[in-house]
Amino acid sequence: MLTLNNIEVVYDGVILVLRGVSVNVHEGAITTVLGANGAGKTTTLKAISGVLRSERGEVTKGSIDYAGRRIDGMRAHDVTRLGIAQVFEGRRVFEHLTTEENLVAGGHIHSDFARIREGIDLVYSYFPRLKERRSQQSGYLSGGEQQMLAIGRALMSRPKVMLLDEPSLGLAPMLVEEIFGIVSRLVKQEKLSVLLVEQNATMALKVADHGYVMENGRIVLEGDAAKLRDNSDIKEFYLGLNEGGVRKSYRDTKHYKRRKRWLS
Amino acid sequence: MEWEFTLLLIGNGVLIGLMYSLIALGFVVVYKATDAINFAQGEFVMLAALFSAAVMVLMELPFWVAVIVAVLGMVSFSFGLERVVLRPLLGRPVVAVIMATIGLAAILRGLGPMIFGAETRSISLPVGDEPLRLGPFILQPVQITGALVALAFLGGFTWFFLRSRMGVAMRAVADNQQVAMAMGINVERYFALAWAMAGIVSALGGVVWGAMLGVDVHVSLVGLKVFPVVILGGLDSIVGAVVGGLIVGIVENLAAGYLDPLVGGGSKDFAPYVLMIIALMVRPYGIFGKRKIERV
Repeated sequence: MLTLNNIEVVYDGVILVLRGVSVNVHEGAITTVLGANGAGKTTTLKAISGVLRSERGEVTKGSIDYAGRRIDGMRAHDVTRLGIAQVFEGRRVFEHLTTEENLVAGGHIHSDFARIREGIDLVYSYFPRLKERRSQQSGYLSGGEQQMLAIGRALMSRPKVMLLDEPSLGLAPMLVEEIFGIVSRLVKQEKLSVLLVEQNATMALKVADHGYVMENGRIVLEGDAAKLRDNSDIKEFYLGLNEGGVRKSYRDTKHYKRRKRWLS
Repeated sequence: MEWEFTLLLIGNGVLIGLMYSLIALGFVVVYKATDAINFAQGEFVMLAALFSAAVMVLMELPFWVAVIVAVLGMVSFSFGLERVVLRPLLGRPVVAVIMATIGLAAILRGLGPMIFGAETRSISLPVGDEPLRLGPFILQPVQITGALVALAFLGGFTWFFLRSRMGVAMRAVADNQQVAMAMGINVERYFALAWAMAGIVSALGGVVWGAMLGVDVHVSLVGLKVFPVVILGGLDSIVGAVVGGLIVGIVENLAAGYLDPLVGGGSKDFAPYVLMIIALMVRPYGIFGKRKIERV
């Protein structure tokens, strides 16, 4: 339903960040993009949602297609209206607004008050903890609650596709489990399609149906999540990435890329 | 006798203070939504006063026409300003916008008299000028009108920001533009709306202020009062603008009544600034301003 065809993204007119990325987001499923810091995962999401332009970035080649129309080059608020919502890395709640005001802002594209109310109730049914904190200033919520709020806020526009950027960042493992559990439920019950960007490969491959691996602005590997989990390269470089030093893993990365080409 | 004099000073301070609040409101709305510091707020007020004087004195049209012209004129002026000057500066350092508004202020102070003439014109509100006596208070009808207009706007804006969907969206824009964009909020449209609101406030402020002082380039000096008001109250708080305005109005009048006879005059103009500097040292975000939230 959402397809990136060979896109190239350039920042400031000179810095090439994505070099020919093709990703296919499957309907009603979780698609994940794995990769290390600086691989271009967040840029990929921003290219889809259209906020790239506010950072002086631009899709210079390829196309992003969604539900039969080209959306690269569209403005962020128009993309949201089409049914694509982005949950930003590091939560980014509107700190000075209360929990409920955050949700109201998230439902901005609906001008009908009853629809906003309905959305708020839906969010509270998935995240009951937010209901308890409804009139609290969101800047003072805990990290987990803020992540829930960020996801809930994105739900308020009633998206068909949710772009989820590192929801596990800085959260305790138990909370990560809880949040991923809720995301999985959302996919099943609300017929949501999710494009999940993660560094936590173990968790991401557990919930995802399909996965991509990104390095240096390119997709180097893709396949079913189950297949990726069994892939020996993934096992070595992503599921156990933290064991090696920086230098070693860099070299291994090169080695791994070579081997991948050889394999295919 | 003594306490009556004090009350009189305070009463007048409250009325003038509310006018300051109204004018500071234009500043606060723009800062709240767009993070821009508008150093030309006083000149906005002057421009509105010039518009209304042109309609009432030069064209001899009735008062309400002048108000409509001032409001429409200021709204289109601030829309145009946002579009032509400020939008291209989006995403640049804050200093760029500050310098742009300072430049704009100078241009308006020069162009205003050039177009409308430099002489002082008097405009009058249709409220009469028989002062109202209420116990110890002697109140000017013009000032009462100003205070009522100010209260109406302060109430209206408070409601807008706290209760309306658009107001919440505007605060969201102020908090984080990029995220607001991704929520489907048309950030540029809200910037324009904020400037238009500042334009309306300035228009009404200009008409009332012009009626109090007479219309010429000196009307813009009221802009100097805006800074102590917003620093005391908090740059982004509407309640803060009210409280700050009241404090500045009262302090100013008390200084004029008690200090001026001792020092030979002039303390009225700097007393609010002394307060402002103290406020900056004690509570840099103002009495009601947003604190930077830090979680540990």
